[in-house]
Amino acid sequence: MEKVNTRHSISRVLLLLLVVLFSFSQNLFAQEEAAADESSQGSVEAAASSGGDAAKGKELFNSLCASCHKRYKRSTGPALNGVTSRHETDWLYRWIKNSQELIAAGDAEAVAIYEEFNQTAMTPFPQLSNEDIDNILAYVEQPKPEPTTQPQIPGGSGGDSSGSGVSTDIILGVLAFVLLLLVAVLFLVNKTLTRFAAASGVELSVAETRKPIWKAFVENQFLVLVTSVFLLLTGGYFAYGYLMQVGVDQGYQPVQPIHYSHRIHAGDNEIECKYCHSSARVSKTSGIPSLNVCMNCHKSISEVADASNPNTSVTEEYTKEFYDGEIAKLYEATGWDPATQSYTGESKPVKWVRIHNLPDFAYFNHSQHVTVAGVACQECHGPVEEMEIMYQYSPLTMGWCINCHRETNVKMEGNEYYEKIHEELSKKYGVETLTAAQMGATECGKCHY
Amino acid sequence: MKRLFNIGLLLVSASLAVGCFTKDDRNYQYFPNMYESVGYEAYGSYETFENTQEAQLPVEGTIPRGWKPYGFENSNDGYQNAKANLSNPLPYTEDNVNKGKELYTIYCAICHGDKGDGKGTLAQREKILGIPAYNDAGRAITEGSVYHVMFYGINTMGSYASQTSEEERWQINHYVMDLKAKLNGQPQRDFVSENEIAEVELETIDNHSQHEDEASVNEEHESLHTESEEQSHEVN
Repeated sequence: MEKVNTRHSISRVLLLLLVVLFSFSQNLFAQEEAAADESSQGSVEAAASSGGDAAKGKELFNSLCASCHKRYKRSTGPALNGVTSRHETDWLYRWIKNSQELIAAGDAEAVAIYEEFNQTAMTPFPQLSNEDIDNILAYVEQPKPEPTTQPQIPGGSGGDSSGSGVSTDIILGVLAFVLLLLVAVLFLVNKTLTRFAAASGVELSVAETRKPIWKAFVENQFLVLVTSVFLLLTGGYFAYGYLMQVGVDQGYQPVQPIHYSHRIHAGDNEIECKYCHSSARVSKTSGIPSLNVCMNCHKSISEVADASNPNTSVTEEYTKEFYDGEIAKLYEATGWDPATQSYTGESKPVKWVRIHNLPDFAYFNHSQHVTVAGVACQECHGPVEEMEIMYQYSPLTMGWCINCHRETNVKMEGNEYYEKIHEELSKKYGVETLTAAQMGATECGKCHY
Repeated sequence: MKRLFNIGLLLVSASLAVGCFTKDDRNYQYFPNMYESVGYEAYGSYETFENTQEAQLPVEGTIPRGWKPYGFENSNDGYQNAKANLSNPLPYTEDNVNKGKELYTIYCAICHGDKGDGKGTLAQREKILGIPAYNDAGRAITEGSVYHVMFYGINTMGSYASQTSEEERWQINHYVMDLKAKLNGQPQRDFVSENEIAEVELETIDNHSQHEDEASVNEEHESLHTESEEQSHEVN
């Protein structure tokens, strides 16, 4: 039996390096197919009230009443479920058609409600007939549907989907363990065999002492030269790469105090960027929306639609409970009490973490780009409408700025300010349309002063 | 033994190299004192300020630059008063209406719909319900009531005073009244000519000085614009 000496340490180290690199480059986020097995809501709602058609009532309710009333929850006005037991139907007809008249006439019931709801005047609805009102009342008197509980499947697919991240880790761990075990086993086998050979008196062929490889390497001067040139070049390449990314925050994605999803707001609901970032139109900064802007909508949206709703935005990873909790954080910060629909006056600042930040020595003005040049927000900020968590998309380096200035034409439409200079410069350069750079947008003093 | 040491070194350096790139932290900066401003930056957090909050309210009794007091109260009476007595000071020009349309699309159309029929994206997705059309009979909106509601908000609708300037609100106002006329099937107004604009401007200057006198009497004025800014705050 002949034993081959396999101590090629370099090749072994390289192999190990490969294993290490592969194990790190593994995508740890296993993509789970969305279990699109939505149990359809089969709750058939029975019309509880007498007479009216609840389906017609729903239409009317959604278009006329829902701005101030909810069925089971106080909003600007009272919750309407149970209103027929609180008031006479005839009184309701009169109230809905013109509540102010009733209050002015000194009706005790009417005045009491007016006072209870902070003297908010209810819009009169003279266009509604008694029949219409019956329909609406039939709709609002429907009992509140029971919350549909998702059937819990023990084990099976349910367990897998929740622990997708963990299971990948476990698999990797097991693999690493098996590899270590193999190494140990091989080592032991080798040792045992050697001892066995020695015990049974088999002469192991001793490898003749060769010249050590490093000595041979040093003696070959050509090889040394080539290797050192190669090492210098690679070293320079990596050093350059490292130095060039110092101070560049591309991909920076901090955890914000409130999980605000641009995907839901700008993506699913198609709200204009400038709705919230209104100062991007007129000022240097794009503006972090003040919380009153959030409350423009979230006064009436206190929870997100659940998974059974066709307009839902919840996912497996971010559930309804999660998002509702984030809206609750907003209410806490603004001091909004959803139960009484009023502000408590106890507000506290939300400490958002700034993502895009230019160094102090570079000047950037949002209004110049957004309003004057008409550049879309996504040009620099990337596909924000798809971002669940906001991150920095562009490097925001000087080269990146300059590049865009060289490629982008100056927007001339509806801008008399540029007319004359554009005419003169385009004659000088012999072009039809000027780029921003030809208009002087690459001069140092434009951004550094 | 030496080999084991080498492997260990390799492992440690590999994990270090991987561990350094986290997206939760900012990168190193080269000469940070060239990056960070000596002056206070917008939305910054500094020890000097109350709550460490740079975004401050203007001193009480002062008025932000380019911002004029609004003479109607935030109450039912104020609403009725504005509805009856307030009208659009901007001339009805194509420029103003187009600007108004642009702003309407940003701020209003998401709920009120591109046509003003109350069927914006949020209404269609049943996020916010009960948005009235502009030709709603019970509300019977006028230039004054529209401006009043934009300024203070009403019921579920919030104030838009912090997102728009006075001029912008009046531009939107023109477009909203346009949409109302369209929904009612009325023809569009004729644009005002240059000569008429000059006359109107003279008039508004006169009105304006009167208006300011009134406003100085009405000291109960709340600055909505600035109150809202207090709540947003950010740390560098």
